Amino acid sequence: MSNIPDDLSYTKEHEWVRGVEDSVTVTIGITAFAAESLGDVVFVQLPDVGSNVESGDSVGEVESTKSVSEIYTPVGGEVVEVNQAVVDDPSLANSDPYGDGWMFRVRVEGDPGDLLTPEEYAAFTSDGS
Amino acid sequence: MSRPTPLRDVHESLGATLTDFAGWLMPLRYGSESAEHRAVREAAGLFDLSHMGEIFLTGPQAGEALDYALVGHLSALAPGRARYTMIVDERGGVLDDLIVYRLGDDEYMVVANASNYEKVGTELTNRAKAYDVVVEDRSEQYALIAVQGPRAQEILATLTDADLDGLKYYAGLPGLVDGRQALIARTGYTGEDGFELFVANQDAVPLWHALVAAGEPYGLKPAGLSSRDTLRLEAGMPLYGNELSARLTPFDAGLGRVVKFDKPGDFVGRAALEAVKDDRPRRRLVGLVARGRRVPRHGYPVTKDGVVVGEVTSGAPSQTLGKPIAMAYVDTGAESGLAVDIRGSQEPMDLVELPFYRRNK
Repeated sequence: MSNIPDDLSYTKEHEWVRGVEDSVTVTIGITAFAAESLGDVVFVQLPDVGSNVESGDSVGEVESTKSVSEIYTPVGGEVVEVNQAVVDDPSLANSDPYGDGWMFRVRVEGDPGDLLTPEEYAAFTSDGS
Repeated sequence: MSRPTPLRDVHESLGATLTDFAGWLMPLRYGSESAEHRAVREAAGLFDLSHMGEIFLTGPQAGEALDYALVGHLSALAPGRARYTMIVDERGGVLDDLIVYRLGDDEYMVVANASNYEKVGTELTNRAKAYDVVVEDRSEQYALIAVQGPRAQEILATLTDADLDGLKYYAGLPGLVDGRQALIARTGYTGEDGFELFVANQDAVPLWHALVAAGEPYGLKPAGLSSRDTLRLEAGMPLYGNELSARLTPFDAGLGRVVKFDKPGDFVGRAALEAVKDDRPRRRLVGLVARGRRVPRHGYPVTKDGVVVGEVTSGAPSQTLGKPIAMAYVDTGAESGLAVDIRGSQEPMDLVELPFYRRNK
């Protein structure tokens, strides 16, 4: 069973979102489940700082030894920061997916949309998805 | 429903990520595939390869039957030795690549890929009909465990009295390993020295545990198919379904040397291969090294000045080179200014001759 912190929100694309309740700016990363499914992450491509994104957009890529998957932003708004450390050392996505392996921050405009609670995400991942 | 190998419970207890591979439930990785890859290059790795097929040919004309059925000259093989060879169809298309071991004067073992061994067994049975030989697919009865890496011999030596020093590359001998009857072969698919141990299914679990215990002081790690794939890619070894297929002849794949026209008699595919052996193939198999960090993958187009000049057959990040690498069929003559179209972006590549990695002997 993967680690699913109870203070975050989640998506069916296996991203986590921090700060939805109490902040204009949210932090987004990939879940431990996603990192474990991918295997060793070797390349991360993130959106440009200053770019405007819409909820559901593909904004980057996470590439592992065996596969590549897209990063979707679960919220719309302006990308205000990206994690250069995970670009320089993609293994952070495996070793600390909820901490130093975070991906990017968005200043949210509008409704953050449908996010999953930790319980819902746990149920979603245990369905074998 | 994927078939489990005799080691399935062991893999699960080690927390392996299991995956379907050619109808078998196989360990993809146990932890970090990069760490498993490094262990094989620097110390040793332990692989479950029980999905491979073992087909036995027994009888006074076993060698002649294989000479007719395969492109190699197997009747000339000395007992105790092995050969890399291929089985092709009448048009010369590769049906599988094989390792054939001559176990005795009248006995051979053909090791075929998991995805192909049923087809290979059927073809061998049909092609051997006119010969005094019995063809028997014993894939379900045998497990295959490989110990690969620079420390492999030291590790195996703690479990066997067999003469490992005297066992050459591409040779095999029967022996006891941890008290269990095994065919000990000095073969592999990693670019390192190493051994492949063919044992009866019921011996697989105890032998695995014995090898783990013996190997631990030497840095041996269980290693999954993910690292096996990156290891063989660095070593420039073809994978059936990627670099080899029925649409390609051995010559197309740059492996025409395995076709032995000078052996006596006809063989399946001879006429078709004779006709193309001196042709200049339109494309050849080469290595590509990425300048950037994005990974070229199977099926991606190779381009030059925006024009497609080839196709990637296998690609992965290389631990040893620290860069993404790929094998690709590229138009003869297209040598520089190459790129791979990675999801719409032309990523520059340098062409290199294979292999990417060669061990220090």
